[in-house]
Amino acid sequence: MQLDAKIPSGPLAEKWDKHRFELKLVNPANKRKYTIIVVGTGLAGGSAAASLGELGYYVKNFCIQDSPRRAHSIAAQGGINAAKNYQNDGDSIWRLFYDTIKGGDFRAREANVYRLAQVSNNIIDHCVAQGIPFAREYGGLLANRSFGGAQVSRTFYARGQTGQQLLLGAYSSLMRQVAAGQVSMFPRREMLDIVVINGQARGIVVRNLITGEIENHAADAVVLCTGGYANVFYLSTNAMASNVSATFRAYKKGAFFANPCYTQIHPTCIPVHGTYQSKLTLMSESLRNDGRVWVPKTPGDRRPPNQIPESERDYYLEEKYPSFGNLVPRDVASRNAKTQCDMGKGVEETGFAVYLDFADAIKRDGKDVIQQKYGNLFQMYEKITASNPYETPMMIYPASHYVMGGLWVDYNLMSNLDGLFVMGEANFSDHGANRLGASALMQGLADGYFVIPYTIGGYLAGTDRPEITTDHPAFKEATRYVTERTRKLLSINGKRTVDDIHRQLGHILWEYCGMSRNDDGLLKARKLIQELREEFWKNAMVPGSSEDFNQSLERAGRVADFLEFAELLVIDAFERKESCGGHFNEAYQTEEHEARRDDENFCHVSAWEFKGDDNDPELHKEPLVFENVELTQRSYK
Amino acid sequence: MTKSINITLKVWRQKGPHVKSGFETYPATDISTDMSFLEMIDVVNEQLTLDGKDPIAFDHDCREGICGMCGAVINGRSHGPEKGTTLCQFHMRHFSNGDTIVIEPWRAKAFPIIKDLVVDRSAFDQIILAGGYISVNTGGAPDANSIPIAQEIAELAMDAAACIGCGACVAACPNASAMLFTSAKISQLALLPQGRLEAANRALAMVRKMDELCFGNCSNERECEAECPKEISISNIARLNREFIKAGLVSSVK
Repeated sequence: MQLDAKIPSGPLAEKWDKHRFELKLVNPANKRKYTIIVVGTGLAGGSAAASLGELGYYVKNFCIQDSPRRAHSIAAQGGINAAKNYQNDGDSIWRLFYDTIKGGDFRAREANVYRLAQVSNNIIDHCVAQGIPFAREYGGLLANRSFGGAQVSRTFYARGQTGQQLLLGAYSSLMRQVAAGQVSMFPRREMLDIVVINGQARGIVVRNLITGEIENHAADAVVLCTGGYANVFYLSTNAMASNVSATFRAYKKGAFFANPCYTQIHPTCIPVHGTYQSKLTLMSESLRNDGRVWVPKTPGDRRPPNQIPESERDYYLEEKYPSFGNLVPRDVASRNAKTQCDMGKGVEETGFAVYLDFADAIKRDGKDVIQQKYGNLFQMYEKITASNPYETPMMIYPASHYVMGGLWVDYNLMSNLDGLFVMGEANFSDHGANRLGASALMQGLADGYFVIPYTIGGYLAGTDRPEITTDHPAFKEATRYVTERTRKLLSINGKRTVDDIHRQLGHILWEYCGMSRNDDGLLKARKLIQELREEFWKNAMVPGSSEDFNQSLERAGRVADFLEFAELLVIDAFERKESCGGHFNEAYQTEEHEARRDDENFCHVSAWEFKGDDNDPELHKEPLVFENVELTQRSYK
Repeated sequence: MTKSINITLKVWRQKGPHVKSGFETYPATDISTDMSFLEMIDVVNEQLTLDGKDPIAFDHDCREGICGMCGAVINGRSHGPEKGTTLCQFHMRHFSNGDTIVIEPWRAKAFPIIKDLVVDRSAFDQIILAGGYISVNTGGAPDANSIPIAQEIAELAMDAAACIGCGACVAACPNASAMLFTSAKISQLALLPQGRLEAANRALAMVRKMDELCFGNCSNERECEAECPKEISISNIARLNREFIKAGLVSSVK
């Protein structure tokens, strides 16, 4: 099957305008006749539900938290990129486009990324109009800071809480539409299956997490904005409830899963400190603007940092990458930290940490300036570690943070299943093999505020859909499947807790499919995952009943999906015989240990089709065509 | 320094709304002082599960103090005794070996209990949907720099906007008032020029909704400010009162 990305023809800069003109429109009076389901209320879901409601569609919006205001987008700290060039430092739409394509190691679609850069400016305008209190200069204009992979200051921010402020902005617009009757909210609901009728996505089956009731919802189109699967590693910076279940259910119903092996390991997180640990905490990348990364030059040097003289410190990023220094992209920074620690130069009791030192910045700018920029991050660090970063350097280590892979979508953000749109981190589209900092917020809001309002109209106006209700047999079938799966989970009656099994899965993936991978390890991981999955269905312990509030059951369902999905992740990593961005196969590296791409054989999107529980998935390739940028070896030197 | 402690938990257990309930006692042994409070509950829940008992239900998600999902009353204090800290960021190093810790849900008429420590806070969404927004549709906004905003005003608005909607203020207030939560949103939007146009109607609508939802009145106890994990100032309540009085004079909506 040939995947058609439906990229409009014509010059890059004119594609989106041309496409918007060519898309069919839905008459304002007809919009209210259409029901759209949006699953998720993060930056993508919240902004989509609000914007579609404003246009006049009737929207049903679902989330697993108790309120749409709590989706995990809220935890994004650093900022949001836009090509405003307010700093007069040489930024432009073209430069944001190029930085994003290059940062993604030339594994994203040109047309999608260019559109993202184009609408980035509209996002900032809209967010300011919503009342988002972005940081400002004394003269009252908006402030910017720098992020990894860019040499301009294009990141807008609200202290260290940019994600929170943007999400609360989207949430306020969403609440306005709820008040207007355009959107109905369904909190504490978990999507357990998607309903496909005549090849079109027509509804979902959800579990009411309070009562346990299974509910059916029908619609003209379904929009999944259910985030990423970084929790497959067990320990990650994601929220505890973040999961792959919604996208994985869609995959099992025929939607292709693209590039699952593109996972992002973020360089600046608080190191792991015990087996009971439930999650890892990110320290914003913005800290790398002023913090200097170093380790002792001598392996095994266990002296406290303040006793290690300047001459015996290895500022390895500044040394190796003089032009980008501490602001190299995330994948490069993470791999270098791992290399240093593997050489025995790591610090902390475990040897799995490097220093992020603010002493020079404090000397240069004064404590007040640093406090104003990063106060809340320093406070958070101190709360968790009981160590004061104004006095001793922070200790950081890479952690699983974000995933570039997700469901395959075309230029309209529609999957290969008609009527199933996928946005935000849940799709694969814009970040290639590595995402740059402050680009996730940009993509989520671009998709929700400025792409889906156009493309969904084109779909609704351009297709015929039979009238259906939730009485359709497809709903009954999906409900039966979901109920049976729940019953099975509750009747395993084994001896190991679900968390314990999840923790083991995380170890397998971190060890064999984390920051660096090799063929032997991947083969081993696949076998270990299969064994663990078998053990789960024989020996897991899921207490309680299906008919009430049962958090153990919720977790069990998610972990069961992770155990299947993990194998797909490993299969994809094995299949990609090159290194690019977040996917680093040790067999493919340059002499300087940078990722070596194979553009001749792997310049494509890998989209996987589910072929049944007992068969391997089938690979479909969408070739990536670069007409506007030249593919080069990424260099940040 | 990392060490291990043994403690005793007294936890409120309630199977569902309006069900007879009470405290249960559980030992928590070999608890690392580096654990967060929620990780300690995870460990206890693992043990309860292995013992064939029902684990303690509690809300939590981001575990980095920003989503507002977690929260419980620990020894009588919302989110525990540490200032400016959510329960997920509160660490066991603040306890000593042999301590007994009492854990209860938020208690307020407007926040009915769902199970154990989990409460229904949808009343907060109701307050926001009464007017906690600026009425702009996507697409028509002018350039972001077209309205300069003084840095100090933007910072004040940000102080108010930092509210995470956890409900600790309501739980801490002897009247179970939602004034701090409501005033934070009213303040944020009233301070900014974009939000001024609707300030009067917003203040009236949100305060009316708050009253309707059975939250109590503010009697200046200042417990909310003391317990707020984001240290939202009660000066926001003063601003709400000013906006509300002004609104009574000028608003076309009565």
